[in-house]
Amino acid sequence: MSTIKMRSKESNGVVTVKALIKHPMETGQRKDKKTGELIPAHYIQEVHSKANGKDVITIYWGPAVSKNPYLTFKYKGNKGDNLEISWVDNQGNRDSKTGTVK
Amino acid sequence: MNRRNFIKNSMLFAGSLVAAPSLIVSNKAYAAWPKKSFDIKDLTESVSSVYGHSNLEESSKVKLKAPEIAENGAIVPINVSTTLDNVDSIMIFVENNPQPLSSGYKLTALSEPSIGTRLKMGKTSNVMAAVKSGDKVYTSTQEVKVTIGGCGG
Repeated sequence: MSTIKMRSKESNGVVTVKALIKHPMETGQRKDKKTGELIPAHYIQEVHSKANGKDVITIYWGPAVSKNPYLTFKYKGNKGDNLEISWVDNQGNRDSKTGTVK
Repeated sequence: MNRRNFIKNSMLFAGSLVAAPSLIVSNKAYAAWPKKSFDIKDLTESVSSVYGHSNLEESSKVKLKAPEIAENGAIVPINVSTTLDNVDSIMIFVENNPQPLSSGYKLTALSEPSIGTRLKMGKTSNVMAAVKSGDKVYTSTQEVKVTIGGCGG
């Protein structure tokens, strides 16, 4: 199952996109309660969105973004746009999801 | 933040790999991520590293929506929008976090200058939204009181 949940809605030529990404977003500063060892940093660094193949927004995240990050943004678009959201984390994992604007 | 700064930062990052091998992570392919700016621990330095200067102008055209009191510092909802034209990027800085730069949003001609996310905050701090329009950087700052920190563990 995809790590990305995405919703988009068009109104007066502006599409509002809301997305939830499942990710631990470890800062690298927390200690494991049992072993006392630092939990390695593991967080999304880049999120990218395209509509019909054109760049909409590029997002750079640091470890200060919450666990299971939520994201919302707006762009000039239409119903039926093919919208893609993709992410890459600091360990090289990645995922993407494509949807249609309602 | 402009592309030139990103390239400059990413080159500095490549250089720092040699100096600090313990920091090596497998993100060479995403060199655009401005590691240097995200690592800085001081707000003013962080701002200069992002913009190349620290000339900020407070503006009522930058709308920052954040709670006055955040009961849970692990999830602090932040929304930034602006009525300014030609917005290049939106950045959110949290002054008292270990690294003030929390996130950056690079807009395109297609995007509307309105973004929202949720941040972690270790303790009560000023949150600053910075909007780059043309050559200028406009800001709006609000204090968020945190009752339970988001960086415990």
